[in-house]
Amino acid sequence: MANQLSAAELDRIKAHILGHQGMPGGLMPLMHTIQDDIGYVPEEVYPLVSKAMALSVAEVHGFVSFYHHFRTHPVGKHVLQVCRAESCQAMGSEKLEADIKAKLGIDYHETTADGKVTLLPVYCLGNCACSPAVMMDDDVYGRVDMEQVEELVSEVSNG
Amino acid sequence: MVKVYIPRDSTALSVGADRTAKAIQAEAEKRGADITIIRNGSRGLFWIEPMIEVETPKGRVAYAPVKPKDVASLFDADFINGGDHALSLGLTEEIPYLKNQQRLTFVRAGITDPVSLEDYIAYDGYKGLKNALAMTQEDIVKAVTDSGLRGRGGAAFPTGIKWNTVLGAKGAQKYIVCNADEGDSGTFSDRMVMEDDPYVLIEGMTIAGLAVGATQGYIYLRSEYPHALHILNEAIDKANAAGYLGDDVCGSGKSFQMEVRRAAGAYVCGEETSLLESLEGKRGLVRFKPPLPAIEGLFGKPTVVNNVISLATIPIILDKGAQYYADYGMGRSRGTLPIQLAGNIKCGGLVELAFGITLRELLYDYGGGSASGRPIRAVQVGGPLGAYLPESQFDTPIDYESFQKLWAVLGHGGIVVFDDTVNMAKMARYAFEFCSIESCGKCTPCRIGATRGVEVMDKITSGTEHTKNIQVLRDLSDTMLNGSLCALGGMTPYPVISALNHFGEDFGLNKGLNEKEGAA
Repeated sequence: MANQLSAAELDRIKAHILGHQGMPGGLMPLMHTIQDDIGYVPEEVYPLVSKAMALSVAEVHGFVSFYHHFRTHPVGKHVLQVCRAESCQAMGSEKLEADIKAKLGIDYHETTADGKVTLLPVYCLGNCACSPAVMMDDDVYGRVDMEQVEELVSEVSNG
Repeated sequence: MVKVYIPRDSTALSVGADRTAKAIQAEAEKRGADITIIRNGSRGLFWIEPMIEVETPKGRVAYAPVKPKDVASLFDADFINGGDHALSLGLTEEIPYLKNQQRLTFVRAGITDPVSLEDYIAYDGYKGLKNALAMTQEDIVKAVTDSGLRGRGGAAFPTGIKWNTVLGAKGAQKYIVCNADEGDSGTFSDRMVMEDDPYVLIEGMTIAGLAVGATQGYIYLRSEYPHALHILNEAIDKANAAGYLGDDVCGSGKSFQMEVRRAAGAYVCGEETSLLESLEGKRGLVRFKPPLPAIEGLFGKPTVVNNVISLATIPIILDKGAQYYADYGMGRSRGTLPIQLAGNIKCGGLVELAFGITLRELLYDYGGGSASGRPIRAVQVGGPLGAYLPESQFDTPIDYESFQKLWAVLGHGGIVVFDDTVNMAKMARYAFEFCSIESCGKCTPCRIGATRGVEVMDKITSGTEHTKNIQVLRDLSDTMLNGSLCALGGMTPYPVISALNHFGEDFGLNKGLNEKEGAA
């Protein structure tokens, strides 16, 4: 699916690039700023970034692809991250993962048909005394069960 | 005006602290009760969050766990004057879980409003910096060395020795880098420092800067901690405005600037050289050592890279003296360790204690046994690269050397508890899977070994050429252990081999699986 950036989005990205030029180690904060704004890091801006940061396009690609946090395609309106780490496993997260996938009808890195929720795995949310944990956008939820996850999903889906 | 404390720590929020706060505010307005709500940090008694506290003439009284449905009855019971209620825990300081701890690094956590500089100062904050400003650089470093503090990120390298190397290194620019990429499952003490007492980290980094002559500090913060990011930035702004950071720290003429940089979800960036690459705006590939980061670190300049807890422990050492800190602990493990009880544990939370307490005391006296009520079968100490320990090893004291003797690690002090429903072969497979997802790819033993490890585990659990594959598992682990560039590949064998050695029955040993050998 080709994603066309709007002219306004492209302008904002150009401004972000300008704002990070000359900043020591600026590529990381720049990519965060772009993803926070647009929702992902569009591959079509690699040439712009490459020129501004004096890097090759391959280096920019290598950087983005290295980090799990960055994504190069749009995601759903909300992002649901489910913790897969040991502490949550000890509290039954494997079943929770399977139930969430079944309920949403998607696997990890996929988005629900209505475009509302993207499902991602995460390895530790630092909420390990209240496992299992999930994160909806920037909010962590602890000691969750399927009922609570369904509530969360329906809240954001109807919101 | 009665002060009501409701935590704003992520874990408290994750179990509904915001909803509780709203309900209390609304009920107070309805009843015309004269209260002010303070969003404090968490005391770390996470199993009973949301835990609210009320200031009374006798001290703070705790109620927990408080859900919105409990609020009306709390007001009926006159909780704002410490009234009795089914959820009352009495005086907070008298709760055994808290009272029996030795809180040095976490002395203020849960007591103060984390972003209030006034609170921080009222509770002995910035006393360490004041002392440090009157000392020579050498004396500050000596105090840290004499305290016996060792790197709390997991490597346990003496902090003072690292600082001394940076102090002695030549360089017009030096850096302090705080490793806040707390990726280990079962750990949350870094997050708690940053969310519940951020100034202690800022003060620790400032002292580190003074000690080694660094003027710039970076906190490399994992992207999974958005609350910590906001709180740190707010605290840094306030510290700057009050002259505790900036071009003229407390009028000393010395400069120290700080900035938070967000990481991007790569576990390997918790390894210090990978972290530095990432901070420089590159892929987080592990560097060869030497040169040590203390000599050639960030942007090639001498750099102190310390974990959050190490840096957050500096202020109390400089405030109360090296000996005060060194008086806690056992053997070569001096001071306290903020231990994190996690996973299948009834009373999960933060327990800061002097080194020397045993695993069993932590698991049962503090933790209260498993959350499921079933027997505890295994614990993993020190994150995903830490060994699994069986019940027969629960009398081991929390001490770097005692763990080393068992071929285990303390790491960052996280303890993940599993009950008897756990399948340890599955956990061993998961260790390889995690390593394959997170490997930076620079060295072959880790990059290839992790994937081969998953395959070998699948063969073992399906009984395919069982004896042969158990041997392959050991050989592969040996190669990763000795041939990997950093701890990710080098320590993945810890959970794998410890699981195999202590829980062989889950790997089909002595259980007749051998009969299937060659079936495939």
